[in-house]
Amino acid sequence: MLSEIASRIDAPTASPNAAKSELKLSSVNAKTWMAITGSGLLLFVVVHMLGNLQIYLGQDSLNSYAKKLKSLPILLWTARIGLLAFFSVHFGLAIRLNRRNRLARPQPYVINDPVETTLASRTMFSSGLVILAFVIYHLLHFTLGITDPSIHKLVDQAGRHDVYSMVVLGFQNVYVSGAYIIAMIFLALHLSHASSSILQTLGVSNRKTRNKLRLVGQAFAIVILVGNVSIPISAMLGFLSPPAGGATP
Amino acid sequence: MDLKVHVWRQKSGNDQGGMITYPARNLTSDMSILELLDRINEELITQGGDPIAFDHDCREGICGSCSMVINGIPHGPEKASTTCQTFLRSFRPGADLYLEPFRAAAFPVVKDLMVDRSALDRIIQAGGFVSVNTGAAPEGNAVAVAKMTAEDAMDAASCIGCGACVAACKNASAMLFTAAKVSHLALLPQGNVERGERVLRMVAQMDAEKFGSCSNQGACSAVCPKEISLDWIAKLNREALRSQFQRSVTQAEGTVNQI
Amino acid sequence: MSDVDFRLDPRIPDGPLEHKWDLHRSGLKLVSPNNKRKRRVIVVGTGLAGASAAASLAELGYQVDAFTFHDSPRRAHSIAAQGGINAAKNYQNDGDNVWRLFHDTIKGGDFRSREANVYRLAQVSNSIIDQCVAQGVPFAREYGGQLSNRSFGGAQVSRTFYCRGQTGQQLLLGAYSALSRQVASGRVCMHTRTEMMDLVIVDGRAHGIITRNLVSGKIEPCVADAVVLATGGYSNVYYLSTNAKASNVTATFRAYKRGAGFANPCFTQIHPTCIPASGQHQSKLTLMSESLRNDGRIWVPEGFSDERAPNEIPEAERDYYLERKYPSFGNLAPRDISSRAAKEVCDEGRGVGPTGRGVYLDFAAAIQRLGRDTIRGRYGNLFDMYRRITGEDPYATPMRIYPAPHYAMGGLWVDYNLMSNVPGLFVIGESNFSDHGANRLGASALMQGLADGYFILPYTIGDYLARMPTASTSPDGVEFKQAATETRARIQRLLSGCGKRPAASFHRELGELLIETCGMSRSKEGLSEALQSIPAIRDAFYREVAVTADDSGMNTALEYTGRVADFLEFAEVMCHDALARDESCGAHFRIEHQTSDGEAVRDDERFCNVSVWEFAGTGEAPTSHVEPLVMEHVQLAVRNYR
Ligand SMILES: Cc1cc2nc3c(=O)[nH]c(=O)nc-3n(C[C@H](O)[C@H](O)[C@H](O)COP(=O)(O)OP(=O)(O)OC[C@H]3O[C@@H](n4cnc5c(N)ncnc54)[C@H](O)[C@@H]3O)c2cc1C
Ligand code: HEM
Ligand code: HEM
Ligand code: SF4
Ligand code: F3S
Ligand code: FES
Repeated sequence: MLSEIASRIDAPTASPNAAKSELKLSSVNAKTWMAITGSGLLLFVVVHMLGNLQIYLGQDSLNSYAKKLKSLPILLWTARIGLLAFFSVHFGLAIRLNRRNRLARPQPYVINDPVETTLASRTMFSSGLVILAFVIYHLLHFTLGITDPSIHKLVDQAGRHDVYSMVVLGFQNVYVSGAYIIAMIFLALHLSHASSSILQTLGVSNRKTRNKLRLVGQAFAIVILVGNVSIPISAMLGFLSPPAGGATP
Repeated sequence: MDLKVHVWRQKSGNDQGGMITYPARNLTSDMSILELLDRINEELITQGGDPIAFDHDCREGICGSCSMVINGIPHGPEKASTTCQTFLRSFRPGADLYLEPFRAAAFPVVKDLMVDRSALDRIIQAGGFVSVNTGAAPEGNAVAVAKMTAEDAMDAASCIGCGACVAACKNASAMLFTAAKVSHLALLPQGNVERGERVLRMVAQMDAEKFGSCSNQGACSAVCPKEISLDWIAKLNREALRSQFQRSVTQAEGTVNQI
Repeated sequence: MSDVDFRLDPRIPDGPLEHKWDLHRSGLKLVSPNNKRKRRVIVVGTGLAGASAAASLAELGYQVDAFTFHDSPRRAHSIAAQGGINAAKNYQNDGDNVWRLFHDTIKGGDFRSREANVYRLAQVSNSIIDQCVAQGVPFAREYGGQLSNRSFGGAQVSRTFYCRGQTGQQLLLGAYSALSRQVASGRVCMHTRTEMMDLVIVDGRAHGIITRNLVSGKIEPCVADAVVLATGGYSNVYYLSTNAKASNVTATFRAYKRGAGFANPCFTQIHPTCIPASGQHQSKLTLMSESLRNDGRIWVPEGFSDERAPNEIPEAERDYYLERKYPSFGNLAPRDISSRAAKEVCDEGRGVGPTGRGVYLDFAAAIQRLGRDTIRGRYGNLFDMYRRITGEDPYATPMRIYPAPHYAMGGLWVDYNLMSNVPGLFVIGESNFSDHGANRLGASALMQGLADGYFILPYTIGDYLARMPTASTSPDGVEFKQAATETRARIQRLLSGCGKRPAASFHRELGELLIETCGMSRSKEGLSEALQSIPAIRDAFYREVAVTADDSGMNTALEYTGRVADFLEFAEVMCHDALARDESCGAHFRIEHQTSDGEAVRDDERFCNVSVWEFAGTGEAPTSHVEPLVMEHVQLAVRNYR
């Protein structure tokens, strides 16, 4: 049904200019899809963070959580495919809208005052690109183990993939942690605008709620930031340490 | 007071433009920005120069003609004010004043500070009306309209079509303008019949005119001389969803009925 | 001067007043639907009158070419009307009806308008409201959802419909949306940023216009079967007025020079409630809606040149002069009376503000009685506007107001069908001499503009088109060629000047002269003096005016200078008219004709008529014609607002 709506976006128009409008997806509908896919991604980020925070419960908890996930391949792959689809649509539309927006103002102002806009709202595309770069690196790092193979093949005492040690050891590297922290700041920036923007795009915010929702969204972004960033920081500061027995490859 | 006025000069849409500085002396704080330009122009004309072209007419903040970016802000620093209603008392004596045209691909420069905003007219032509011929109207009080609804419609309808929202928006989006008109007519029972079609047509025209998309930044409403609310953008989004959803439902029903 | 016949037949239909319009309409010839497509009509001006006419004509199936010098029809000066629009709906059940609206309008106009036209205006007023509501005009409503009314500008019934303080805007946006719909349908070709420079008459009929494209500078002809002028009023002849900066007399004056009669040019309304000028740089005056007078009290200090701040002047030393002189109407006395009274107290030296040309409009009592919030609710946007312009807070200190030229009752002469004496030239809205006589009631201009455009012209023009011969006219004809050549020559004359004075300085000089001599009060001496001075200013203008010499594109200096040139000629016609009308009536106050306590004295014996002027050559005194007015249904009475 969604695709049917999408295909119905361009109504007949009055102006001859209209005939030239390229794809059959209006800017408004493109935005709706950004919001829908963005919400999905946002949900993932929350769930993923909650999962990762189990690291504070110790090696056993985290590793058994990881194991449980892997033991449900249908769920796992559905989620992975869904995630990839959402991410691609979100990214694709971001490029499309960004191109439209750049072309809409070919000549910049000599003096420009951004009035009441937030930094986050003005930099959505850039922060998004950083997130994209991060995700690629992140997959190479933890999921595929290509950037740092030494930590990827660890197994714990119960014979499970030792995710806990992978993370803690991975974050011993200051540069890696630094990169994560910076990326998480950009993610927070993206989310600080995105989380309340969704509601405006889907048409559910109004003058009574708008400012409050913006604050809630910003608070939410900070929670995500703190939750995620705490892991590399804890690892570096030694609050999280590799299990005493050491991990075995 | 004295001011250093830097003005964007551009002979025509096909020429390159640039900032030119005009020192202005012995001004009074009761002068409007446009009266300042009048003064500069009188001097230019007597010296055989080319006066600075800018749109203006009513000079009381209602016609929407005047349009320039003053020190980086469309219509200048005062809230809820047009250029013609911006007075020099808003600036410090000796200050620099930067005057630029509204910039957007959809608003090509005609000359200097004057731009072509007919794209906004074409958005209205695409559907910003109620299709009622002269003489076909029912008695005015035949349909009651709740006071609050009429007030809301009036809020939306008070847009003066100046285009400052486009000028302020980083994406040069005309969403606030379009949303104000869509909402005004969608709120009233008289606009209800064409409500669904209207929003889709107007959005399509907005896109065809090469305006950017809205990413909910809010600069538009902040500079809008009539303080048109961002609520109407949310409403436009809602109207667009509603319209398409209803269409799919009707079509689905149509298919069912055929079977 | 031209091949136009100067007969002034008002073509008032026979029959009882109430049925004239209906009977007349039934007798009008119709154009068949197929033929409508082949008929082209030019509409110059897209304000309330022009936009409503162009849209309605296109709906009927005519091909319309609409012209405006604005960048969009939505910018027309009509947008600025604040107060409201009258109609005889009697929703308030306060005794209003068509007759009363008719009677008030005739009486308000001091018995200098045509009964039949005014009655028709009152009749169609109700359809206007219906039409506008259907278009989505968000009129103010009561809690029950019904349309709301207020009393306005001296009326004793509440018949004014309004959209906050932006009625003109909302009505124009309604007409503009109807017009936009027809532009989309292809039946209206919209020519924006295009100024009409001349009228073209072929075989004694108006057949087209010459235009200048303001962006490219190109002079072009446009041919049609009829030409409608809806180009607004000429109050800017006074330089400072409440009209938009670009409002001008050019279109109607060009038509006048081609043979159309100019009626009652000296009937100009000076509006009592405007923000006073603050200095020489002032480029226009801002109207504060008259509705403010419903709650504000007008006063000046008792003493001369009282320098105290208003709040420091005790009640006993204040002169609430309108309440004193006109106890029954008080602060709501008609516009001309209020304006003149303000001028008088300022002439006496009791005026307030930096220039001494101002009186107080005080809300202290109303705020005390009704509370600040109620006042904010009623006038919030006006108070904000005042504060923005003057930097003063009207909630704390009284506003300062002063009269300013506002509306032109005069305009091109038209008959009952709204056609001028030039066949095929129709004139609607403020640009015709209209139904307001010597003085217009508040909220009646919007009504008249829309009545003309929606409900009268579309019928009457059909009758003309149905009767006219179908010979085709070509833009290459001699008449068009010649008019274009003349237009180019006129522009060249302005461009070739190598003087050092900008046009605005001449305009200002003319304005100051006119407001003194042909403004709120007029005298034989003053007017004769003006008639001496104006040609001198005009000569100086052609010798000394500085215009940017570039005709290859946008030239705002040239546009403006051309309009000033026409004002400089037109002002003379105005003064001739004011001089010839040797009586006081409505807004035309000849100091020679007043009662001992300063009331206007009409001379119905000699002047119950429309004076119509025929062009006789630049610099020549125009030829005078008269259309007698016959009052069959109203009693010629002395206006008494005491
Ligand atoms: C501040 C103010 C407040 C008012 N308030 C009220 C009110 O509350 N109630 C009321 O009833 N009336 C009011 N009036 C009067 C009323 O607004 C006008 O009389 C009315 O709107 C005139 O409408 P119009 O269509 O005749 O002309 P306009 O709206 O003046 O339109 C003229 C049109 O002609 C075009 N034009 C002119 N010359 C040329 C040319 N040479 N070539 C091409 N195009 C040309 C212009 O571009 C414009 O489109 C007010 C007037 C003012 C100044
Ligand atoms: C986990 C990753 C991401 C999440 C959770 C996310 C979430 C969101 C959300 C919720 C929105 C708000 C949509 C709206 O305003 O209605 C949004 C907007 C946006 N996202 Fe993302 N996003 C992510 C990744 C990306 C990436 C990789 C890009 C690529 C460049 C990107 C670019 C954008 C842009 C440009 C917008 C603004 C769109 C607009 O308002 O017009 N995002 N994002
Ligand atoms: C500091 C914060 C983060 C930590 C510690 C972390 C940790 C991890 C770990 C341990 C895995 C599992 C690897 C495996 O078992 O194969 C993983 C997978 C993943 N992470 Fe993160 N992550 C963090 C932030 C993020 C963020 C912000 C995003 C998205 C924007 C993200 C996206 C992903 C993805 C897409 C996967 C792959 C899931 C799959 O295998 O299907 N992560 N992450
Ligand atoms: S929404 Fe505001 S800024 Fe935009 S055109 Fe309307 S009045 Fe101007
Ligand atoms: S500033 Fe631009 S991004 Fe949207 S909210 Fe306003 S149109
Ligand atoms: S000139 Fe009309 S709004 Fe500024």
